[in-house]
Order: sequence, then C-alpha cells, then structure tokens
Amino acid sequence: MSTKINFTIDGKNCSADKGMFVLGAAQKNGIYIPSLCNIEGLAPRGSCRVCTVKINGKLMVACSTPVAEGMKIENETEELHDLRKQIIELLFVEGNHLCPSCEKSGNCELQALAYRLKIMAPRYPYQFPVREIDASNPKLIKDHNRCILCKRCIRAIQTDDGKNLFAFKQRGCKLTINIEPSTSAAITDEIATKAAKICPVGALLKKEVGFVQPIGHRLYDHLPIGNTASLNIISSREKDTNT
Amino acid sequence: MSKKITIEPITRVEGHGKVTIKLDKNNKVTQSRLHIVEFRGFERFVQGRPYWELPVLVQRLCGICPVSHHLAAAKATDILVGIGADELTATAEKMRRLMHYGQIFQSHVLHFFHLVSPDLLFGIDADPAIRNIIGVALKHKDLAVRGVLMRKFGQEIIKVTAGKKIHGTGAIPGGINKNLTIAERDYFLDGKAIPSVDTMIEWALDTVEFIKSYQKENRQFIDGYAAFPSNHLSLVAKDGALDLYHGVLRAVDAEGNRILDDIDYSEYYKYIAEEVRSWSYMKFPFIKSLGKEKGWYRVGPLARLNTCDYIPTPLAQKEFEEYKSYTHGKPNNMSMHTHWARLIETLHSAERIKQLLNDPDLQQTDLVKKGQKASVGVGLLEAPRGTLFHHYQINENDQVTMCNLIVSTTNNNEPMNQAVNWVAMNTISGKPEPQITEGLLNGVEVAIRAYDPCLSCATHAIGKMPLEVAFVDEYEKVISSKCKNID
Ligand code: SF4
Ligand code: FES
Repeated sequence: MSTKINFTIDGKNCSADKGMFVLGAAQKNGIYIPSLCNIEGLAPRGSCRVCTVKINGKLMVACSTPVAEGMKIENETEELHDLRKQIIELLFVEGNHLCPSCEKSGNCELQALAYRLKIMAPRYPYQFPVREIDASNPKLIKDHNRCILCKRCIRAIQTDDGKNLFAFKQRGCKLTINIEPSTSAAITDEIATKAAKICPVGALLKKEVGFVQPIGHRLYDHLPIGNTASLNIISSREKDTNT
Repeated sequence: MSKKITIEPITRVEGHGKVTIKLDKNNKVTQSRLHIVEFRGFERFVQGRPYWELPVLVQRLCGICPVSHHLAAAKATDILVGIGADELTATAEKMRRLMHYGQIFQSHVLHFFHLVSPDLLFGIDADPAIRNIIGVALKHKDLAVRGVLMRKFGQEIIKVTAGKKIHGTGAIPGGINKNLTIAERDYFLDGKAIPSVDTMIEWALDTVEFIKSYQKENRQFIDGYAAFPSNHLSLVAKDGALDLYHGVLRAVDAEGNRILDDIDYSEYYKYIAEEVRSWSYMKFPFIKSLGKEKGWYRVGPLARLNTCDYIPTPLAQKEFEEYKSYTHGKPNNMSMHTHWARLIETLHSAERIKQLLNDPDLQQTDLVKKGQKASVGVGLLEAPRGTLFHHYQINENDQVTMCNLIVSTTNNNEPMNQAVNWVAMNTISGKPEPQITEGLLNGVEVAIRAYDPCLSCATHAIGKMPLEVAFVDEYEKVISSKCKNID
C-alpha cells in the first residue's frame, strides 16, 4: 500500500509521506508557509497561529495538522496574508520590540516576518507594557519585553537528565517565561547559546555576546525569511570576511 | 516697560531651541538666553539594559554624529570588560579610528557646505528662500557637488567600518566586529566607483583656501562676529598632538595658560561639574577650580586648535601654522574662525583616512580582547562638535545602573549663550522700536551655527516646538506675538 499522500497547495499538485504535517509537507514541495512557534524536530504546539492556511475552505494551522489525501490547501491568498500580518502586528504591539538596539536584529524571526509581510506600522495601538529584564543568571538574560510566549525554549531546552530548564509562570497577560530555580545553575555556556538560538526573538540572550556579528552577515540581511538560499550566502561570506 | 523677544524654533539647527532676548524700557538688552526645551532622557532609559548594548543603544541620541556616541560608549564599555584604550588590538583601534575620522570628515563637510556656506555665500541678511543649500546648488554648482561627494565619501567609510552609514554596530566592548577587506579598502583608493581619498585631500585643501580668502575679504565680519574671550577644552594626544579619538584632557584660558594640564579623562568628574539652570533642560558644565562664573569653556574645532601643539599630518600642519600665526600663537577667540578650524580638521581627517586605508593592520584578524571586568567605565572622544563624555556604572548582573552623558553641545552651552548675547547686544540693543527681522533671526542662528547645527542630543522634553515670536513685558506678560506651526 502506498504511504504517499497527494494534495494541492494553491492549485499545485504536491505529495508527501503519510504522517507529515502540512507545514513540513509544503516545505518538502518547495513551498514556504510562514511560521513562528514551530521548530523542526520537536512536536508542534500550534500556539502562534502564524502558519494559518485554508484547508478545504477552513482556517487551520499548518504546523500541527497532518496532511490527508486530496486536501486542497490555500496558502498565498490576500486573506491569509492579511491574517498573518495581523498576528505579527499584535505580537509587536503587545510587547516592547525595540529592533534598532536589539542584538537579535537581523537574526530575529519576528522582525524577518514583519519584513517579509511588508508591515510598515501596526494597525493596533501599542500597549507599552511595563516588563522587567532578568539578568540574574550568570550566563543568560531574559528580556521579557521581547518574549512572544512561543514556548520554543520550554520545549527545546532540557538538562542531560531530561529536566526542563524553562517553564511558564503566572497566567493570562501576566504569563512569563521562568528559569526553574532548581535547575538554573545547570545553565552552561552551551545551553545558553542554544537557548539564545532557539528563541525566535531576542528574549533569551547569552550574556556578553552582543553585536559580534557584523551587519551583512546576519541571517536575514540579504534575503527574506523562508528563502533557504540566504543560508548559502552567509556561509560563503563567512569565508571572505577576513581577507 | 521692558520687553522680551522670543524666537523659536531655530532653523538649520537640529532639535529645537528657543531664544529669548529681554529688553529694558530703553530697549537695551538686559538678558539673552538660549533655552533648550526638548527632553530626550537617554541617561534614564539605558538603565537596566545590559552594558554591551550601550554603543548601539546610545548612538540613537543623534542622527548627525551617531558614530561619536557609538565610539564613546564603546570606549567606556572597553573599560567595563577590562581593556584600556591603549590595549585594544591594532586592528580594533585603527578600524575605530577609521570610522571616527570618516565621521568627522562627513560631519564637518555637512556642517560647512550644507549649513554654513549659504550664510557665507549669500550673507546673513539674504532672503532665506535663497540662503540655503538649494541656493548654493543653483548658484555654485561645483561647490555643492563637491559637498555632496565629500559627505558621501565619509558616509561610505562609516559603512565599511560600522556596517551601516547611520547607526551601525562595528564597535563592541573590547574591540570591533569586523576588519576591512582588500576590496573595501580599494574602493576608497582607486577612484573608480567614487572619487578617491587623494581627491578628498585635494578638495579639502581647496575648501581651506576658500575660507582663507573669504576671511581676507570679510575680515570685519569673520573676525568680529560673536567674538569673546573664553577658556578652551579638548583631548590632546599625550605628546600634545591633535587627536580626535583618544588622549588626555587639556584646557587653556583665553591667553593660553593651562587650566587642566593633560589629566586622565577617566577622572573628569574631579575637575568638571555641571550646573543646572531652571530655564533650560541643558546643563552648564564648568571647570571646578574656576567656579561657575569663570569656569565655562568652549569645545570643538576652535578649542581643539587652541589646545593642541601641532597636527600630526603634513598638509593640515602647514595650514595650522598659518592659522596660528594669525593670532600670534595665542588662543583664537573668534567664534567665526571655528569654520576655518573645522576645515583644517577636515583636511587632517582626509589625510588620516588615507594613512589608515594604507595600513595593513586593518586586514588583521585579531579583533577583540577582554580582561578583568570593572563596574565603572568612562569613555571620552572628540566628536565633530567637541569633547564628548560618556560615563556608566553597572551592577554585578551586567546591567547599567548609572549613566552620565556630557555631549559636545552641552559643553558649548554657555559659549552659545554668550554668542547669542553678543548678537543681541550688537544688533538690536538700544535701537528705537526693535523688531524681529529675518536678519536678527538668522544672526542668532549664525552665531549658534558656528558651534553646532544640532541641539537635540544635548537635552534631557518631548514635543515639537512651534515658531513663536513674542514680546513680553517685565511681568512676562505677552504684549504681542507671532506664531507658526501651532496645532
Ligand atoms: S523566551 Fe524566546 S523562546 Fe522562550 S517563549 Fe519567549 S520568545 Fe519563545
Ligand atoms: S508555527 Fe504553527 S502555530 Fe506557530
């Protein structure tokens, strides 16, 4: 029996292995669906809704919906584009995202999505919440101003013996990411580096790294997010930086 | 009945200033003040941020000379990571210098060609519809084109060193994040894509010639306008050379006597204090040993050429000697000579850029150093408009707990007030029916412009000042006024 599933995205015939989620299946077929909370290799959470597509006429999230035979998926439509834009705009206004002085600028997925979706200014009023920076861990800074609560850090970072290092604290609009006090000391340089990398925005920063990466060498300096060619450009530029 | 004249905002000066001139019943000027009424609050909102953000964060103070803030903060953060200015790697130090001299070059060119040349070419009483950079472009096309290309050159230098022309990220605590590639270097040397550094030196020389002949033809104006004795302060290299990036703090009085004798700038607060006055957001710094009344000083090109012993590049040194001989080696107290000094510095910057571009150290790969962490860092440098002080304190978690910035404009606060007072005294004081003419308005601006086209960075207020011209009596009651741009 064949395990291949056939479906269409914006009218294009696609196929993928059974059990794949729409987001990954689209990628396999060379189609980019914007996403934010999703990370390859970890179970999807479906929390940001940026990957919303229309499946057989219904709005659904691509990262956590498995492909099914004969699905008709809409991705590049005006309606979906605007919906995703609204989500990104909401994320901007409900935090304090000061891109000009953020060291994640150029590598930030939120910023890169805003550029890709051509957001000039949000349609919603800024909330300017009062949020703190927690710099008490010797390796890592948590800047709650920038956290979009995507849960990537919670899902991806664990100690060698499988304990979570990050957890949510509080509820509703007070929800913040917390470093478990009992495991805080276990944050090594490697874990801090991984956490800073996994965080799509600059909410988790490894201490004393700052702006070591020059402009022009950052992930989204040359091509928008969703374009794998940008990665090749980076590696070829790395080679001639110092010559 | 005494009256007060209010002029605001000042044009061709970034940020918003307001000038009030109080007259007594005989229309004699009793008081002139330059109020800085804009508040920006950088000293407060960097608090809590991690220290390595400072060079990128605080440069947002200014869109004209962000590089100065970027580098002054970087120098302060070097101290925080345990690296003294003399301990940076050769590549880091020279890349920063290249960035800085590129910045001085573009800023001086902008200041002179775009903001000052209309006053010189058309006269301070000329119709403002002509007396601007467009007027210069129409009447003196070559000059305007050169101004644009020279500025572009400086901006491109900033781009290759900082990553972007405005608000880049090149300097980081303990060093820099990139070196200069051969291709980037050759862009400035070969003259193919943009006029070469040699052309920049040639054009800078021509501009010095222009100001010298202008001074000869307009001696009374250039020598006398807003001239007054003062102290002068700047950094100088340890051997007394003009050095815009690093050095020791030196101050001389109007006669050339040393007041501050090459002191270590990290201890500036032992020698310099800041006075707060109720009518301005901008503080008034002064040299403690001389007190508030006598301790104020000028900074910037005029001050720098008064404090240094020589200029360490040949063409600028030759011009420096001629410039100094005009005042017989004594300090120069003529405000309008600031433009002359500025153009000598422009030439010097072009020469330094050429030296640096040809230095193979810029292609080395040793970019950053770290040492023993400290909790306090002070960084000073000579920004285009004068000495710039950055002072930070951090806690054990690497967060900024204190920030004190004394920017060039603040250092020149009292001199600008003195210059405004000079104009008021000399143009309207005692005249029957004094009026706010375009000539008076621009006269005040010409005086300020000698020091600074930029006031925004110096202040601690939110809001846009409309143009208001008001006469008030001795009880501060408005007896007549004219307004512009009021919502
Ligand atoms: S800290 Fe970063 S990774 Fe963690 S929830 Fe917040 S934004 Fe997501
Ligand atoms: S990426 Fe699918 S919901 Fe976030």
